[in-house]
Amino acid sequence: MTKAEWLDALEQRHGADLQRKFSSACVAVCGLGGLGSNVAISLARAGVGTLLLIDFDRVDISNLHRQQYSISQLGMYKTEAMKRTLSEISPYCNAITHTVKLTEENLSLIADCSIVCECFDNAQCKAMLVNGVAERYHEKYIVSASGMSGLHRGNTIQTKRLGKRLYICGDGMSDVADDGTLFAPRVMLCAAHQANTVLRIIASKFEV
Amino acid sequence: MVKINGEELNVAGRTVAQFLAERGYDVKRVAVELNGDILPKAQYECTVLQDGDSVEIVSFVGGG
Repeated sequence: MTKAEWLDALEQRHGADLQRKFSSACVAVCGLGGLGSNVAISLARAGVGTLLLIDFDRVDISNLHRQQYSISQLGMYKTEAMKRTLSEISPYCNAITHTVKLTEENLSLIADCSIVCECFDNAQCKAMLVNGVAERYHEKYIVSASGMSGLHRGNTIQTKRLGKRLYICGDGMSDVADDGTLFAPRVMLCAAHQANTVLRIIASKFEV
Repeated sequence: MVKINGEELNVAGRTVAQFLAERGYDVKRVAVELNGDILPKAQYECTVLQDGDSVEIVSFVGGG
């Protein structure tokens, strides 16, 4: 498959104008667990041009129940495993990997992206990233997630908009510390809200 | 009155930090939107809530 064939297939479905916006977009996916692995795949399928994949962790057997990795990827860094997966789905997506723990100190890693997806699992890390990006990069959009654990109703997963540039997906309540675990479909619902929000922002559709 | 997460509350005059502490929020897990903008954490102590302010407090929960 040539790049021209791939782009043509996307343009036929999305229209040339919208595909041009997707192709020129740069999105940071911060955390490649249950949320981030699903967000990255959705955005790559849509033909988003550049994805920044950021995670410090390796694929573990305990990830397979909800994260988009396979047995052959056990032990690999999630960044490398996801890059390999994306190359099979969307070979001309420019997937740039950073195998590090994203902190306030190295937040400039996401400087070139206009949209930042917060896909961490730890609540304090989520707050750190959202506050850090909002304080330092006034022009960036942030698409965060909070509350997708347990087997609660799917219809409670929503997207909220706070101010002009922050979106938060999830039910806002269900904490994995209380529910004990996460299930693939509900995490995917939340990740799908995030990916949909990212595509809508790229398409200049800002309302929720 | 100050509108906080959709509820009108009589808390004008308190700082954001005081309000968060009174309500038992874990400051390390929150993001605060004040009148449409995310309030930098360094300003929680010095930002006094005023009548007519609109505030959204997000308290992040774990899982991802």
